[in-house]
Amino acid sequence: MNDQHLENASRRDFMRKSVLASGGLALGFYFNSANSATKQIAKPSTVPETGIFKPNAFIHIATNGTVTLISKQPEIGQGIKTSLPMVIAEELEVNWKDVVILQGDLNPIYGSQSAGGSRSTPTNYEEFHKLGATARTMLISAAADILKVPVSELIAKDSAVHHSATGKQLSYGQLVEKAATLAVPAPETVKLKDSKEYKLLGTRIGGIDNPGVVTGKPLFGIDVQLPGLLYAVYEKSPVFGGKVVSANLDKIKSLPGVKYAFIIEGDSNLKGLLPGVAIVADSTWSAFSARKQLDVVWNDGTGATESWAGFTAQAKALSTKPGTEVLRNDGDAKAAHKSADKTVEASYSYPFISHASIEPQNCTAWFKDGTFELWAPTQNPEAGQKIITETLGIPKEKITLHITRSGGGFGRRLIPDYIIEAAAIAQHVKGPVKLTWTREDDLRHDQFRAGGFHFLKGGINQQGKLISWQNHFVTFGNKVLKDGKSTLELGSGANLSGDEFPGRWVENCLLEQTPLECNIPMGPWRAPRSNVLAWVFHSFIDELAHAAGRDPLEFRLDILGNKDFIPGTGKQGIPYDVNRMKHVLQHVAEKADWGKKTFPKGQGQGIAFHFSHQGYIAHVAEVTVSKAGVLKVDRVIVSTDIGAQIVNLSGAENQVQGSVIDGLGALMFQDLNIEKGRIVQSNFGDYPMIRINDAPTQVDVHFLKTEYPVTGLGEPALPPLAPAVCNAIFAATGIRVRELPLLKTDLSWS
Amino acid sequence: MSKYTLHINGTTKTVSVASDTPLLWVLRDHLNLVGTKFGCGIGQCGACTVHIDGEPTRACQTPISTLGNRKVTTIEGLDPKGEHPLQKAWQELDVPQCGYCQAGQIMTAAALLKKTPKPSDTDIDKALTGHLCRCGTYLRIRKGIHLAAEIASKESA
Repeated sequence: MNDQHLENASRRDFMRKSVLASGGLALGFYFNSANSATKQIAKPSTVPETGIFKPNAFIHIATNGTVTLISKQPEIGQGIKTSLPMVIAEELEVNWKDVVILQGDLNPIYGSQSAGGSRSTPTNYEEFHKLGATARTMLISAAADILKVPVSELIAKDSAVHHSATGKQLSYGQLVEKAATLAVPAPETVKLKDSKEYKLLGTRIGGIDNPGVVTGKPLFGIDVQLPGLLYAVYEKSPVFGGKVVSANLDKIKSLPGVKYAFIIEGDSNLKGLLPGVAIVADSTWSAFSARKQLDVVWNDGTGATESWAGFTAQAKALSTKPGTEVLRNDGDAKAAHKSADKTVEASYSYPFISHASIEPQNCTAWFKDGTFELWAPTQNPEAGQKIITETLGIPKEKITLHITRSGGGFGRRLIPDYIIEAAAIAQHVKGPVKLTWTREDDLRHDQFRAGGFHFLKGGINQQGKLISWQNHFVTFGNKVLKDGKSTLELGSGANLSGDEFPGRWVENCLLEQTPLECNIPMGPWRAPRSNVLAWVFHSFIDELAHAAGRDPLEFRLDILGNKDFIPGTGKQGIPYDVNRMKHVLQHVAEKADWGKKTFPKGQGQGIAFHFSHQGYIAHVAEVTVSKAGVLKVDRVIVSTDIGAQIVNLSGAENQVQGSVIDGLGALMFQDLNIEKGRIVQSNFGDYPMIRINDAPTQVDVHFLKTEYPVTGLGEPALPPLAPAVCNAIFAATGIRVRELPLLKTDLSWS
Repeated sequence: MSKYTLHINGTTKTVSVASDTPLLWVLRDHLNLVGTKFGCGIGQCGACTVHIDGEPTRACQTPISTLGNRKVTTIEGLDPKGEHPLQKAWQELDVPQCGYCQAGQIMTAAALLKKTPKPSDTDIDKALTGHLCRCGTYLRIRKGIHLAAEIASKESA
């Protein structure tokens, strides 16, 4: 195959997807989950296209029986492109092998297309049932018309409608032309399947793109190829918010393969188009090579004095002072400390870290005749479109955005900085251009997981009961303009709710916070805030349990107490079902034989739980720490309650095991230092990530089936891992880890 | 710019590129073989792994001028039908999450299985430690290699 042919094939593949996706528009409707009443946002047409049955924007059935389902949410490795279509297929009574799934482009007909907050499943689950059931109902009606029998005598199964009395059956392919002439029934009249009848949901279904993944097919944003494609790099100030004074553009333009080199003025929005220098060349390597000779004079701006050491010193100075904001003040914590039998004080800290999604940020943009066409690995296509409109003044309807598969998300791709950069570059360039960030760009210009400091004090009474809890949380914010005024806004994921456990469970509780001003961009990192708060709070609870001489499980159950449901309080309220948490906690303890095993010195078990993203999750970790201080996580047991139905058992288990390993990697290794306003680390050489030899030997995953609504699993299984492991390290060695990452603590023992 | 003739996946390709161009970018930008991935550019993540004369090699660290007549196999050429035991096992066990690193993992695993048809967990960890999987599919990668070893032994029986 020659190059041109491949390019065309690849171009066709992307085009085909967009054509099909928009083809559903005329007939499409979507039950908007934001409203309690379902509403149609586009009226179904009564004029069908020949040979294709499209009862809604998500389902297309062709006369040959092929069922094409549209995936609305971006696929970032969370498995949504497989799992949500499974819900339709279940209700539609279609054979999974007959199903083709296409990624929908950004299109309001699909409703929200952002994949974040583990919300894709809970916000679409019921609607997707209705979508499939609607199509099934119409196919049965079509069969009733053709066979001239009552609907009540027909059943749908295996991609066909069956009439058991006569043994007649009509395949879906045979029914589509008739079905396409029928009116779409009102959603409330459509009968959903009883969950006992499910054949597909809850089974193990492989990822729909697996065949392409294992044979190297173009699936990802970085794989996009177009005729005449040019390749771009973008150099930004190493100090966040720094501006370009000058650059040796003439020299760069003279280098081999370079087509354009220019300065983009940009603005001060840390989540938008920052100032920089673009180089556009005939290949990625020409662009990378030219960049090595780029000299830029920067105006660093105010961020150049920032350092992690400086932040640490500031935090320490604040530790004994009251916070600038009180998040909770129940009873009298300070007086209770004084009356306590024992008090424990400790400080915990964690650094800024990167998402380090393995596919570096990239975006392909094509600006022609005042319109944009983009291909982006994004979790948040709406945000990409919006920032182009805001920054470049191109109206929404003139922006077409194709959502590609993403090589990992973890929250990084919710922020569209790389999309607006590609668009701004493309505006200067005739023809399509692909912006590729290097790993160094990706690591140094992330929307980072914020660092933080917690100064804690807890009190235990003579009965060993936790009576007081005090925390001064020193966190980070950016200066932003709001209504013309400069305000310090907390970093995304750098916040703490006064409701966060054990916030409402201890009678004397004082929670305060103080943000440090910084110029470092912050963004949501898988299970934002929970990914560190669970570690801090469940480690400190463990310290208190040991101080009280009580079993860490029994101590936690005692704190949770006998309340059933606790409503949220304040603006960051967290409604909390205590019984659901006790249920998973007791379950995980039983599966781990908690308290029944004896371990030699150097081995131990630790326990922790956390509620986030609507999921109730508890972990037990079993570890071995060698005398030399080398940690091996032998086994992790996870019990989860995410509601009434696991959609795809294989995908769900993969998410939980991945969360355990991701949580362990962040705990053990991930660490960014900041000096002179710059990120010190540059690539995986000095920013180590967890590798296979540090992965646990075994991760047991238990899904507790409950009567609650079905919720997401991309995030909630991560937070309890770090405290469970650190509590196990304490059980094994007597060493308490109070600083992340783990490699800062000497775990050797004798 | 110089002309280079490459032996890739059983065929011959000619490209005109700068002599220091890494094989990775020749594959991706010039030959449209995009299964080989860019992850770090410094040989630390393993996403760009190909076989050069059967040895797993980082394509991002292999300038085109150093290749000579050696034979390159990429994920696209691992098996003509995409039915290598590892490709089968990866699908059967649903190993991938995002899938971006998996081509590299499979290429190194394929070389491991050639030398060590029945690897232990320790063999696997040792061979694959140069590969990052950001999604954390390591448990399924271990299982996948064991299953591929079983499939291969049945196929050769």
